[in-house]
Amino acid sequence: MKITIASGKGGTGKTTISSNLTSYLASLGEKVVLADLDVEEPNSALFLNAKLVHSKVSNKMIPKWDATDCTLCGKCEEVCNFNAILHLPEEIRVFPELCHSCYACSELCPTDSLPMTPSQIGIINEYKNELFTMVEGRLDLGQEMSIPLIAQTIDYVDEKFADHIKIYDAPPGTSCPVIEASRYSDFVILITEATPFGLNDLRLAVETMRVLNQKVGVIINRYGIGDDGVEKYCQDENIPIITKIQNDREVAKLYSNGELIYDKIEHFKNSLDEVIAFIGGLK
Amino acid sequence: MREIVVISGKGGTGKTSLSASFAYLAKQEAVVCDCDVDAANMHLLLDANFKKQEDFFSGEIAVIDPKICTNCGECFDVCRFDAITKQTDYHEVDPISCEGCHYCSRICPVEAIRMVTQKAGDVFVSDIKNGATMVHAKLGFGAENSGKLVSKVKRVAKELALKEDKAYVITDGSPGIGCPVISSLSGANLVVLVTEATVSGLHDLKRVYELTKTFNLKVVCIINKCDLNWEITNKIREYLKSEDVRLLASLGYDENFTKAVSVAKPIVEFDENCEISKQIKLSWNNIKNILKDS
Amino acid sequence: MKIVFTTKGKTWESPMDARFGRAEMFLVYDEETDTLEAIDNSATESMEHGVGGQSSKKMINAGANVVITGNGAGEKALKILKTTGIEFFTGAGEMSVKEAYEAYKQNRLQKQF
Repeated sequence: MKITIASGKGGTGKTTISSNLTSYLASLGEKVVLADLDVEEPNSALFLNAKLVHSKVSNKMIPKWDATDCTLCGKCEEVCNFNAILHLPEEIRVFPELCHSCYACSELCPTDSLPMTPSQIGIINEYKNELFTMVEGRLDLGQEMSIPLIAQTIDYVDEKFADHIKIYDAPPGTSCPVIEASRYSDFVILITEATPFGLNDLRLAVETMRVLNQKVGVIINRYGIGDDGVEKYCQDENIPIITKIQNDREVAKLYSNGELIYDKIEHFKNSLDEVIAFIGGLK
Repeated sequence: MREIVVISGKGGTGKTSLSASFAYLAKQEAVVCDCDVDAANMHLLLDANFKKQEDFFSGEIAVIDPKICTNCGECFDVCRFDAITKQTDYHEVDPISCEGCHYCSRICPVEAIRMVTQKAGDVFVSDIKNGATMVHAKLGFGAENSGKLVSKVKRVAKELALKEDKAYVITDGSPGIGCPVISSLSGANLVVLVTEATVSGLHDLKRVYELTKTFNLKVVCIINKCDLNWEITNKIREYLKSEDVRLLASLGYDENFTKAVSVAKPIVEFDENCEISKQIKLSWNNIKNILKDS
Repeated sequence: MKIVFTTKGKTWESPMDARFGRAEMFLVYDEETDTLEAIDNSATESMEHGVGGQSSKKMINAGANVVITGNGAGEKALKILKTTGIEFFTGAGEMSVKEAYEAYKQNRLQKQF
């Protein structure tokens, strides 16, 4: 079972909910693993008292110029659609951060002067605490392409934890990274707030998931201080509301310290029970 | 014309509410600009009327003409993105997986593949409730996280401000520390960093501040929800002091903030006499003074 | 000496463009022949990535000895231009081309590398 937890914008409580949900499931004896796919800013580890047990370099393939037979014909620059190759008067320059690993330059080079070689883009870290495992992808600073790392982090988790419930904490937004984090899941839980902002972002997220043919459910966070727009929208669109988490300054306070919440606040735990019951019904 | 860019690193800090408040206070002295194109929200608070719309194109995808395709499979062999699938008597491109690298279209022996520019979003110019003009956008689904759309929005806003001789451009910046936020910051005369008193708020503040340093930008800061965790608020204050960043205001955790959003109003319009509104007004005056002196 | 300005026009009176990679135009001044030549760079406006590299290549092909601009070169441009011996000056973003040239002659601009 693979579940992606996503939201149209940041700051809705995605990481809080996914880390608490994983901890709670594990405490109930479920085999569960959390994957932080917000590879530009992974911070689930801030919330979980976990030890690093394994790290793996994440690579992508990039062309590496070999001057030996190169005639400086310029074909490589011509076929690169991402401006990752520069044909200078006396050399070929490759910009790894712009390369999409399409192999066109390498395979269309008449003299085989651009062999593809692995180049590091980030690290996949595996953490463990007494209850469960967490995996994060962490993009190196200066890297511009997060998709390959997101895909590799998902593969790592899928291979190593095949029989586990997998919770994916997705990056925010509606663009490529969140699509990569959602498209292979069995279900997507969207976190939102009961405000016009929350509704606007939810709409965008739902439309994105529909393009992917993904099934979605909604968790309304900080319930009680907004309006009923989100609830009406969910009813009209036939989207299940999995739970409503009460707005609570104490929750915000615990979060501010990077602490777990479900073991301290009863209504939060009750909400997670509803989420777990819902997930159980999906199986 | 001076440009003020509001950014925050992480989401949920109140960045958009603050930008909208400044925009509201600036009245017709400013052109307002929303660079948070991935989850644009500011138009909700300012009653934007979507007066003018323009398509935004970016990126390409491959399209195979099934009538020409001989089903030879060469495109399938070279595609590294699993974007090409075999149908009974032709091949097909999955637009979501296609990266637009052109490789297949270059090697297709019968030239059955062409590259099509994709509509990646919309750019809007709107009138807003205080009589000012606002430029905003909506990124299309699955479009690449677009610094280019941000640049476009900013360019339109700046041109308008110059044409109409406005004193300010007030920009709600993109979240994160990647390409879109770098585009949002380009050309800023003053950057307002909004953070909150949480572990991740402090963590992201540092990252985004480092980014502004590499561009040599003038920076001030506002701490939101400061009474949520005084320990962290003090850490933020120490950090700002050590980096010589002026702290404009420390705002308390106030449910009025969310209530104002619920009725689609900037907090300074919702309750202009509450403590937070007073501090925001003071901050806006300070921002104007800082820009006057620079 | 060939001096390249990042500009928004083709004359000495034109305003400078503060950007390097996405500058609208490069104006090449050849001190020996006292001539100005314009290289259009407006295509970079619609490029998503890699403008720094493309614009740097234009500097090399134009035979530039000195580049005068506003904000400075980004990471990719730096990587290329640093090894070519081209000198890079910043801080002329809000001047006219003429003022930028005078400022350069009077050593009033910052040298990036």
